[in-house]
Amino acid sequence: MQFDQFLGKTTAPGMPPGEPLVSVSGLCVNARKDDGSSVEIVKDVNFTVARGEVLALIGESGSGKTTIALSLLGYARAGCHIAGGRIRIGRCQIDQMDEKALLAMRGHHVAYIAQSAAAAFNPARTLMDQVIESALQHRVMDKASAMRKAVDLFRALALPNPEHIGRRYPHQVSGGQLQRVMAAMALITDPELVILDEPTTALDVTTQIEVLRAFKNVVKELGTTAVYVSHDLAVVAQMADRIIVLRDGAVRETGQTGQVLHAPADSYTQSLIAAAAPASRVAQVREILPDPALAKAPLLRISGLIAGYGSPDRLGLPGVRILDDINLTMQRGSTVGIIGESGSGKTTLARAVAGMIAPARGSIQLDGENLSPSLEGRTREQFRRVQIVFQNADTALNPAHTIGRILNRPLSFYHGLKGEAMRRRTAELLDLVRLPSSVLERLPGELSGGQKQRVNLARALAAKPDLILCDEVTSALDTVVAAAILELLAELRRELQVSYMFISHDISTVRAICDDIVVLYAGRMVANRPREAMMAPPYHPYSHLLLSSVPAMQQGWLEQVSGAGQHKLPPIGPVEASPDICAFLPRCTMRVEGVCNTVPPRRRNMEHGGEILCHRSDADLQQYQSPLLPVDGVTV
Amino acid sequence: MKALHDSARAEATTAAASAATKKPRRHSTMAWIGMGIVGFWLLMAIIGPTISPYDATAIVDVDVFSGMSRKFLLGSDYLGRDMLSRILFGTRATIGLALAATLLASIIGTAIALFAAFSGGWRDAVISRALDALISIPSKMFALMMVATFGSSMWLLVMTAAITYMPGAYRIARSLAVNVQAMEYVQAARARGEGVWYIMTMEMLPNMIRPVLADFGLRFVYVVLLLSGLSFLSLGVQPPDADWGSLVRENISGLGEGALAVIMPALAIASLTIGVNLLIDNLRGKRAAKE
Repeated sequence: MQFDQFLGKTTAPGMPPGEPLVSVSGLCVNARKDDGSSVEIVKDVNFTVARGEVLALIGESGSGKTTIALSLLGYARAGCHIAGGRIRIGRCQIDQMDEKALLAMRGHHVAYIAQSAAAAFNPARTLMDQVIESALQHRVMDKASAMRKAVDLFRALALPNPEHIGRRYPHQVSGGQLQRVMAAMALITDPELVILDEPTTALDVTTQIEVLRAFKNVVKELGTTAVYVSHDLAVVAQMADRIIVLRDGAVRETGQTGQVLHAPADSYTQSLIAAAAPASRVAQVREILPDPALAKAPLLRISGLIAGYGSPDRLGLPGVRILDDINLTMQRGSTVGIIGESGSGKTTLARAVAGMIAPARGSIQLDGENLSPSLEGRTREQFRRVQIVFQNADTALNPAHTIGRILNRPLSFYHGLKGEAMRRRTAELLDLVRLPSSVLERLPGELSGGQKQRVNLARALAAKPDLILCDEVTSALDTVVAAAILELLAELRRELQVSYMFISHDISTVRAICDDIVVLYAGRMVANRPREAMMAPPYHPYSHLLLSSVPAMQQGWLEQVSGAGQHKLPPIGPVEASPDICAFLPRCTMRVEGVCNTVPPRRRNMEHGGEILCHRSDADLQQYQSPLLPVDGVTV
Repeated sequence: MKALHDSARAEATTAAASAATKKPRRHSTMAWIGMGIVGFWLLMAIIGPTISPYDATAIVDVDVFSGMSRKFLLGSDYLGRDMLSRILFGTRATIGLALAATLLASIIGTAIALFAAFSGGWRDAVISRALDALISIPSKMFALMMVATFGSSMWLLVMTAAITYMPGAYRIARSLAVNVQAMEYVQAARARGEGVWYIMTMEMLPNMIRPVLADFGLRFVYVVLLLSGLSFLSLGVQPPDADWGSLVRENISGLGEGALAVIMPALAIASLTIGVNLLIDNLRGKRAAKE
């Protein structure tokens, strides 16, 4: 409390000096269940936010963090209501305001920035219209000054072309830009409090860093008071002054950012922080690789793979290529990580291997044997050996089937098991993924996210596959649960000698369990590194950007790091209209005029064993790339 | 929303002991009412002729369009026949024809829809456009044409109604199937190497059956109305047999005097359609009951 008073920089007229801007005491929110009984989803939460302070609410899904943030707007989602407690913002007692007063307050004194900007904008109106709407609605200023203010905010948020971006429509700007425009929309009325609800969670890391930087600058410049809701400790470490750790609707720990990150007092916080750095824990299980020399043919060999859609050109190649010239070899028992941002073709690669997308060119060989490009030509044995685990466990399990039925199907389908043998094998599978046998009778909707992902994995294991394609298997899970799934994967690999193709956008996950890492950019393999040289410089310019954009759980990382948007891009002339020209060119800080824009790059070996697709030499790359900041728990 | 859901579930497990005592009812009251009405009419379709007070074609009295009396429980028609007996005899034709036609329409429509959605591409396009063309023919006109060409028989009526309402069932089922088809569990089944039949019946159908059933109820009503309409135009069931639609038609001259003979068969049609819809809308599967 003393700290809050200390921080109270400016004081509103009529308020006693030193009074925190926001104070919440004894907040309870109840949800009504279908049968009419009510559940307490937020239990007796107390906190204060001083003026100019950024407070983070952190916790996993279901911890009530968003519910608490919304209650600051005097709002509870459908089926919930604020059952008790006092919420004060400035001089307003939110819990005693009527609907009309709340409407006048929302978007004026308290503003909200939602997770998905794409869903929050009206596609039929220009950005400027929507940004200044709340200012006009609350009659804070006239239209001309609102537009001037909006342009200033666009500039402060480092949006390109601030004078004119307002004339565009939401689909004409990128996701990261839209998120920043949304921040401008929230800030236009100079709100006393801004609520940011997971504003960067849906973004790629390279975009996230730009958005975070923009947010941070604006918050610092305007001295905005903010409540930042997130599940990501590393992101919060960059933004917040203080952190509140929540679990099951109750406060577990409150403290300064540095104290929570480095000396957590609560056992739950400790487990969160441990789970956020899975690398150190899983690292020790990646030794027992069979000698590749012993195996006759590699387990999987992909050569010259091209896939896409659109009408074929005269060479018979698809008009739009999602995957372009993929060459990949996987040894038995090894794990290959595929990373890249959304739209880079990661999922398409997995689907092509599984046979669900027929490639236009190239071959996929399993144990030296050609796999048919489409599903029809594959034998049941080939289907059995390659299993795919989907990203979204919610939709990957048929909601109409019980877990027992879901697990039994591959057993009878591939192995013809029946009766007692099937029951025994099902029990074994549940044991492998550490689920109780009581789940057999349940439907997927009755399981938690982590349990569903385990069932998903068990279904793939039921086939006794040689290769499991894991498509973002941990992305939808909470940190602690994701760490447990990763550990499980590593353990299963040791026990069953199964190989994984591990697809993720999360570099630290890939780093933790993979032997080889392939970096995809716009459907092309821009870099490919063996595990030994995984973190050694130099890097492909895109790999470097990607690696340096992963937030570290350290305060001040955002200021030190040289991520996206920090360097000026060297000027470049007109680009040759060939599909083989380096795709990263428009974003590359190391592009060379007269080379990169005219000649397609060649794939070449690097000195430390990897391959890259770049014109620059190793020495060049090494010279220009700033070293990566060492990150806790990861050996560079 | 998810947050709410998760915590609600956590709470639900802790409260499992108390929940076990008050077990949720499988079906709602509305479903029971619907079931009662439908069950009643089905029973009447079976035993109606044996319990009717008179023969359906027998002229009992010269008193035409009479009100309720001891003699005529539901009044008499334009010839002085007993309405109760006429309705009971008509139940079988009405329900039998409508049920057969609706079942045909829904089953064929859903099957084609599953196939079209699953195979996609040109097959889907051809099937969809062909059935769109069929939809564009007005149903009454089509029925008139069929009856005019082939003459009226029970089978023809069933076929006509089925063909008329099949494209509608297809449209609904296809849009459902296209959504279900894109779900990852269907993708997973394809990647597992499952056959088309298994994926369609085991993976896709259970997840679209409820809207399809609701549509079945609605379609049943339309078929009853179409058949009644045809009977009303004297193109449907031919005298002396009579379904409810033709009962309304033959007594239409009594409408001016508010004769029970017009109202009663109309009420029967209404109660059957309401009953079927109540039943189907409120049927709860095992999953819904658990939730």
